[in-house]
Amino acid sequence: MALARKETTIEQPGVGTKQRGTRFPVVSLVLGTLSLIGMMVSIWMIFLYAPTDAVQGQPQRIFYFHVPMAWLGLLGFGVVTVAGIGYLRKRDERWDWVARASAELGAVFITLTLITGSIWGKTTWGTWWTWDARLTTTLILWFIYIGYLMLRSYMGRTHASARAGAVLAIIGIIDVPIIYESVNWWRTLHPAAEVGVPGALPPSVVLTLMVSLTVFTVFYCFLLIQLYQLQRMQAVAQRLRATIE
Amino acid sequence: MALLGANGSGKTTLLRILAALIKPDTGTVCIGGWDIERDAQQVRRLVGFVTHQPYLYDELTALENLLFFGRMYAVKRPRERAAELLQRVGLAKRAGERAGALSRGQAQRLALARALLHSPQLLLLDEPDTGLDEEGNALLETLLQEHIERGGTTLFTTHNLERALKLSDRIGMLGSGRVAYQQETGGLELGGVRQAYQEVLR
Amino acid sequence: MTFLAQVLAILWKDIRCELRSKQTWTGMGLFALLVLVIFNFAFDLRVDNKAAIAPGVLWVAFVFASLLGLGRTIAAEREKGSMDRLLLCPVDRKAMYLAKLLGNLLFIGVVEIVALPVYAALFNVPLFAGALLPIVLLGTLGVATIGTLFSAMAAATRARELLLPVLVFPLIVPVVISAVRATGSLIVAAPNEPPWLGLIAAFDVIFLSISMLMFEFVIEE
Repeated sequence: MALARKETTIEQPGVGTKQRGTRFPVVSLVLGTLSLIGMMVSIWMIFLYAPTDAVQGQPQRIFYFHVPMAWLGLLGFGVVTVAGIGYLRKRDERWDWVARASAELGAVFITLTLITGSIWGKTTWGTWWTWDARLTTTLILWFIYIGYLMLRSYMGRTHASARAGAVLAIIGIIDVPIIYESVNWWRTLHPAAEVGVPGALPPSVVLTLMVSLTVFTVFYCFLLIQLYQLQRMQAVAQRLRATIE
Repeated sequence: MALLGANGSGKTTLLRILAALIKPDTGTVCIGGWDIERDAQQVRRLVGFVTHQPYLYDELTALENLLFFGRMYAVKRPRERAAELLQRVGLAKRAGERAGALSRGQAQRLALARALLHSPQLLLLDEPDTGLDEEGNALLETLLQEHIERGGTTLFTTHNLERALKLSDRIGMLGSGRVAYQQETGGLELGGVRQAYQEVLR
Repeated sequence: MTFLAQVLAILWKDIRCELRSKQTWTGMGLFALLVLVIFNFAFDLRVDNKAAIAPGVLWVAFVFASLLGLGRTIAAEREKGSMDRLLLCPVDRKAMYLAKLLGNLLFIGVVEIVALPVYAALFNVPLFAGALLPIVLLGTLGVATIGTLFSAMAAATRARELLLPVLVFPLIVPVVISAVRATGSLIVAAPNEPPWLGLIAAFDVIFLSISMLMFEFVIEE
């Protein structure tokens, strides 16, 4: 009968060995620089290049921030789910680090989405909030994010916590389209102000939007790597603490 | 086999891994030809586990507890088997009592009955002597003997060196998460073992 | 032992244990009643506008009562800190999930059986109008599938009473919307209603399957 080797010392392959401060220094640098330049270009485009909206005026420019952030909020959740599935199959905690990093990032972007959406709604329709399908689903996604972060926080840094998070993410991502649809159906019975840009969009607007989306995505990747490093170091710190106690 | 070690050396964790309750972080474990991670359910069928907690349902009677676990382990003719084991552990008169009302020693004996219900090949016992009185300990020894005679294997942890030497044909000691000592008990004597134990504990 | 037999054996054990401990059922029934009565005062339902609010009142009461009861089956299993005694057994974890789900459904069902007639009486609403039963059943199932899975997760934490609603509420929004609308359309039939019942049914099927598969990841250490 073979006995399982349960090591209480910290040296796990691949983590304790390279004690450099950050991994992927080159990738980080590249992404960071790209983000910086991209941001500058994007901001120039948003404020100077894109045309002023005839109906909504200057506040319409929030659109170029609001949409990418919503996209990142959704992307972030997708990454959490994929990383969660990865963890369930491989039990490699690095997947979990990605999941936690993306969850924190995504939560921030969703919060910003809600804030920008709210401001936009106020300037356009005069109300801080409107129960349209998109904003409502975003709000619910925000709650799911917060629930995820709370769950991970309460359960600590354990295998059980990582698995629970993964399950939550999987359920969440399947539910989001259903939530959207149901709110949509409900809304057709209560037509309300909609936050958005109606009609066809001129090419300069589309271009600005695309640039903004790309830049923000690059920025997201950059931030993700940084947060991943943070997660890794927190995990190492926890293990070190465990051996001391 | 008897397993010794300081508290926190990983004895209980090891047993729990073998009982397929938790998964090992590294390495593979095979029991009876079944890999613990891939065929966990098969492993569970072969293993009986007794630990500090009796793993019984307080609101159910002794008999109902055994009946339930008998069904869970797909035991043939669960009622008869349950009655037989209750008799064996000396709890036949208490068959209708709630498990929560049993004394510590009685609960421990019922837990033993539960572990033996499905005639496991591997019996895992985590410090089974705690909570048992003289009579209970004698019963434990008899049951272990019977189990071994039927061809089963036993792995139990204990702090009691004498009992370890008496009941097992192999002794192992865990220290800082590794197996620090392993010997057949054939020619061993208490003094030598005690010394080795002190070494490991340090 | 067949899968179904395992489910029923665990369910039977849970019911026996719960019956003998006598704690949960009466509490939940009373709670649902109280909520209904309080809502009556809070919303001051006069005859004309009740159709708009009554379904919401009912489902809020059901959802809150459900959340109270959802923790029970798992908590009972986790007595003394772990589900080990059940996990030791070579029983399919999917069967464990189904047993817990059915147990939860029974508990909530008891509450609903008590609450529905009172609801009908208080708000003067026709009770046995055709489709009420399917709506209640499917809607409750929707809440329970998600709730059973998550109660296993939350049970491992200390703030489980707080965490469970936080996790469950956002996810059951489609069920709540659909159930309220569907119940409402029984009182006041509206033209061109989307197929709410269909949505709940789809939700149930999807999340029942997923939860069944995911349960083992949540209860094993």
